[in-house]
Amino acid sequence: MEILVCVKRVPDSAENEIVMNSAGNDIERDDLVYSVNEWDNYAVEEAIQIVEKVGGTVTVVTVGDADADEILRREMAMGAEKGLLLQDDAFEGSDCKGIATALKGAVEKGKYDLIFTGAQADEGAGAVGGMLAAMLDLPYASLVNKIELGDGKLTIGREIEGGNREMNEISMPCVLSIQTGINEPRYVGIRGIRKVSGVEIPVMSAGDLGVDAGSVGAAGAKVKKIDYFVPEKGEGAEMLEGSTEEIIDKLIEILKANGGL
Amino acid sequence: MAQVFAYLNHKNGVLEDAAMELINAAKAISSEPATAIVCGSGIDAVATAAAAIFPKVIKVDNAALDYPNAEVVRKALVNVIPAGSVVLFAHNTFSMDCAPGLSVKLNASFVADIVGIDGVDGSTLKVVRQEFGGVVSTHVGVDMSAGAVVAVRPGTFAPDESKAAGGAVTAADAGDLSAKRKFIEIVAPEAGDVDITKADILVSIGRGIEDEENIQLAMDLKEAIGNAAEVSCSRPIVDAKWLEASRQVGTSGCTVKPKVYMACGISGSFQHLGGIKGGLLIAINKNPNAPIFQVANVGIVANIVEFLPALTEKIEEMK
Amino acid sequence: MEHLISPAHYKFLGFFPGAILSFLYVIVGVGLFAYIMAKRVAPLVLAKPDNSRFSDIPARLMNLLTIWLGQIRQPRYMTAGVLHIVIFFGFLTLGIRTCSLVVIGIFPDFALPGLAMDQPLGFLYNIAKDIMATAVFIACAIAAYRRGIVRPARYAVPEKYGHDHTAEAVFVLAIIMGLMVTESLFEAAAVAAGEPAFLMPLTLVWIFAKILPSSAHGFLQFLHIFSYYAHNTLFFFFLNFLPMGKHFHVITSFFNVLFMRVRRGNIKPVVYGITAEGLDELESIGVKRLEDFTWKHMLDFYSCADCGRCSDQCPANLVKRPLSPRFITIKARDLMFKKYSWRNDFQFGREPLVGSIYEADEIWSCTTCGACEQECPIGIEYIDKIVDLRRGLVDEGEVPQTLQKPLQALSKRGNPWGKVEKKRADWARDKEFAAECEVKIMENGDTAETLYFVDSITSYDDRMVSIAKSTAKILDACGEDFFVIGKDEKDSGNEVVRFGEEMLYQELKNHNMEIIKESGAKRIVTSDPHAYNALKNDYQVDVPVEHISETIMKNIKAGKIKLKPIEDPSKVYTYHDPCYLGRHNAVYDDPRDAIKAIPGIQTVEMVKNRDRSLCCSGGGLMLFYEPHEEERMAVIRVKMAAEAGANVIVCACPFCMVNMEDAIKVAGLDGQLEAIELTELITQHLE
Repeated sequence: MEILVCVKRVPDSAENEIVMNSAGNDIERDDLVYSVNEWDNYAVEEAIQIVEKVGGTVTVVTVGDADADEILRREMAMGAEKGLLLQDDAFEGSDCKGIATALKGAVEKGKYDLIFTGAQADEGAGAVGGMLAAMLDLPYASLVNKIELGDGKLTIGREIEGGNREMNEISMPCVLSIQTGINEPRYVGIRGIRKVSGVEIPVMSAGDLGVDAGSVGAAGAKVKKIDYFVPEKGEGAEMLEGSTEEIIDKLIEILKANGGL
Repeated sequence: MAQVFAYLNHKNGVLEDAAMELINAAKAISSEPATAIVCGSGIDAVATAAAAIFPKVIKVDNAALDYPNAEVVRKALVNVIPAGSVVLFAHNTFSMDCAPGLSVKLNASFVADIVGIDGVDGSTLKVVRQEFGGVVSTHVGVDMSAGAVVAVRPGTFAPDESKAAGGAVTAADAGDLSAKRKFIEIVAPEAGDVDITKADILVSIGRGIEDEENIQLAMDLKEAIGNAAEVSCSRPIVDAKWLEASRQVGTSGCTVKPKVYMACGISGSFQHLGGIKGGLLIAINKNPNAPIFQVANVGIVANIVEFLPALTEKIEEMK
Repeated sequence: MEHLISPAHYKFLGFFPGAILSFLYVIVGVGLFAYIMAKRVAPLVLAKPDNSRFSDIPARLMNLLTIWLGQIRQPRYMTAGVLHIVIFFGFLTLGIRTCSLVVIGIFPDFALPGLAMDQPLGFLYNIAKDIMATAVFIACAIAAYRRGIVRPARYAVPEKYGHDHTAEAVFVLAIIMGLMVTESLFEAAAVAAGEPAFLMPLTLVWIFAKILPSSAHGFLQFLHIFSYYAHNTLFFFFLNFLPMGKHFHVITSFFNVLFMRVRRGNIKPVVYGITAEGLDELESIGVKRLEDFTWKHMLDFYSCADCGRCSDQCPANLVKRPLSPRFITIKARDLMFKKYSWRNDFQFGREPLVGSIYEADEIWSCTTCGACEQECPIGIEYIDKIVDLRRGLVDEGEVPQTLQKPLQALSKRGNPWGKVEKKRADWARDKEFAAECEVKIMENGDTAETLYFVDSITSYDDRMVSIAKSTAKILDACGEDFFVIGKDEKDSGNEVVRFGEEMLYQELKNHNMEIIKESGAKRIVTSDPHAYNALKNDYQVDVPVEHISETIMKNIKAGKIKLKPIEDPSKVYTYHDPCYLGRHNAVYDDPRDAIKAIPGIQTVEMVKNRDRSLCCSGGGLMLFYEPHEEERMAVIRVKMAAEAGANVIVCACPFCMVNMEDAIKVAGLDGQLEAIELTELITQHLE
């Protein structure tokens, strides 16, 4: 089984205090630390477990700059055999579609039975997997939290509302976005990362991938972040006051406005 | 002005509530009347219900659409929706499955999980999204010149409950609906398997609940809110064995990112707060100096043993 | 009357010389023993090295003198301890007699130099050994009654750990009693037959000599020979039976105590003789298979006497976590006996220990509090083994999910919560506090001779920053010129190394060592015992490290700080020893003296105090992960404080504070008991 797992380097919300910069148009990025997107970790673990069962190789790929090397190595320390870095100035400023376009190029340069992405990322929209599948004309399932291997096909479970699981049969090759909880990703220590520090990771540019530079990056992006801002809220809690009935009415309004009811 | 379509989710012959919100989302994008699309098999009643909300309804009735398999629905939508349109979805597990691929097939822009529309500037739609669990928001510009697929977080727009649209239903042919992915079945969660990390609303209780018998007050509120809610707790509750350990939020328990976290009778220790990674934090505590009020978004000074039943009752009344 | 024929001169069936039979006994008995021992020792030779056991000779000799010969740890369990001391000294005394007896069967007039009956020492020895034999006999009888009838709970074997061990214990006690009886009968028969000797009244031999009919010469002769060979048989059986089970300690305890841990608070290196830089080259690290243990740790397995004291003191066992240190040893010993059988060829399997004899949760359950090691009468070690097993799990990526985040945060941010580095000294910048006490922060270019190493929890936890502030105020009151590192201080890594994440620990350590060196600090003060231990015993920094309680006492004694009388003299205070201040560093008195230096304060001790203090469960990253348990350690602890009649439990560790404050609420003791940290208490009473 040849599996490609698409991963992303992100500022992990668990290790960062996300605050606005002094200009107030972006988050403060000076003190951010980065790691692999949490969902991607589950995708890599799932791929490794499949390969441990039936053989094959796991390749991890990311679109990024030289810094992205660290997350590829981290995932390789988990057990992914190969890494692949898609790096080109042309990719900078890509929207989801741009990233999917670059990944499509990478998929077409190889031969994969399965392509995994994480279900989403803290600063993303969970869109790359679905776009990539559509571009490749491959079947797709999102939020996958169970995979059973079959002959040329998979039985997969999708996590849907209300704790239910939607079971599907899907033919291979296919693209799956992996939800957390599908497995328990193994721990990767510094030692593991050092062990793969010498492994060469091929770098491919837009040209290598046969991707039109105009279709990716800021040039090709149709969806662009304009600025960041912090939603209005006062110092400390907004205290609800009044009679119990009034408080409850206000609370219900707040619950409704925040998707709580 | 781009034509706006809204894909409506329905289950067991009933439209999901988000339909009433999407009509208002559509109005924020275009002054032209929006068209609803309902896909399924034997869905006359659903289409009629949609026509009460939307002035125009396209009904795609096909046995292959009996269950909304994202791949099949996408094919149907590609067949029905003209190029350059804006397509609205309610952001949910179906839209995550279907919408990104649809945007590729329609060659349209895509934006998901928006929590606001800040207006249209020429062919650019300006939307609001949240990042990092809602800690910060961003304005995002979406180029609609070739159309756009937009998934709107439920609750973003007020529902239009007037049901006075008096719309017309037209049937459309779905075309070829063969698919490489086949729906098999829905598996319900096993009873007793609590996964608080998946809940949208957490009714989280702490020492302020006072007594094991009062745990039921939180359970009642959860039942009243419905499926999206779950009861979680702080460590002393697990220590006292009033709730199972899988419900504990905190550094030695679960890390959660619900939409709403209702901290009921929780003082807000560092260890507990370490487990809350996003969402609106509502604190209810009888101690006005409880540290949780420093970090909560909304605070209520009340004894939860009295407050929770009152809240439950009110929510039940509303139903 | 005619004297009895000695075994050496006795002719079996009228012709076969007893001397030859006795000689055969020696050949077979000693030969078999030598063979068994060779098979038992071989695995130790093949085991992983540990060259640290041959240094610190004076300390090792002192351990032999006190712990082995002096049996000083035995009376911690009074009944069993006293019984053991009797049996132990009985063995030492009678061992000489038994050796002589074996030879006497060949050379009837043999006597060890100076111990012949006609010499004063020999005469005294003979009386002593009779007394000891009697004492051992009685001790064994009582011990057998305890094991067989009374059955103290700590000897019980939970079902998951296999069958009960009572039969083996009672069997061995019976053998020992048999040895005492046969030895006494041998001599009593001779005396009854008229051999002149002084017998100590009321000893076994005296009683037997009184009972035996002096007239029945033939019977006495038979008894003399029979009891001799019965004794010989029992002795050689016993000798060869020792290496088969828990009584191996009779042989190994001497060596186990000789080679036991002499330093406190440190963790063994991954591999002795390999520096931190060499770790990258290793194929695998930690203990994954039986073969990965060091020879000393294997010797520990052999030496365990199955007394159950470790588990009786173990807090994890107390709260029913899936860990019982006793069975960490017993399970490994049984595996050693199985794989390295004395009868068959050795099997060097590759099966992992965790997943076969151990469970992962068993290994994560340990808080590294050290109560087990403090208690073990023969110096068996647990923490290093647990850490080695954890290193193996970490190396295989088998880390509980909830612990992966804190470890990653430690790696990225230097603290387990992933808090931003630049906020590490925010507590010192707090306006209200800064107005009272100005703290030099290294990141502002301010350093001094004394470094206050704050560590993560005290730097970031909203509640625990009060300890940092109190410590700073105390140092200020003492007139100390001190500074804190601020953003460049990383977690001390005390928990990280004990968690088994060696590489991360090395990174933290190297970083902190460099910063400390760069700061030019001449002395380090800590308020967190975990940091104290890491700097002092793990890093072994080359400047003195002090816990704030030591600093407080020094300054009180020097008259630099004075404490004002207690506000509410009706309150009773009790002091909870943190593991990393008490057991691991033997700082028991300074915190107590500091509390008592507050005029008018009432104090009381809890049942478990000083080196038997009960762990709060805070060590080893356990704030982030808890194995299944039935009750919380800290809840038991606060109840213990309440039972002692205390209103205030004084902690000297931020982890203890977290746990005690939670536990007071859980135990429903709010209003009755409160927790306060030592530095907070002292700051409140600074004049």
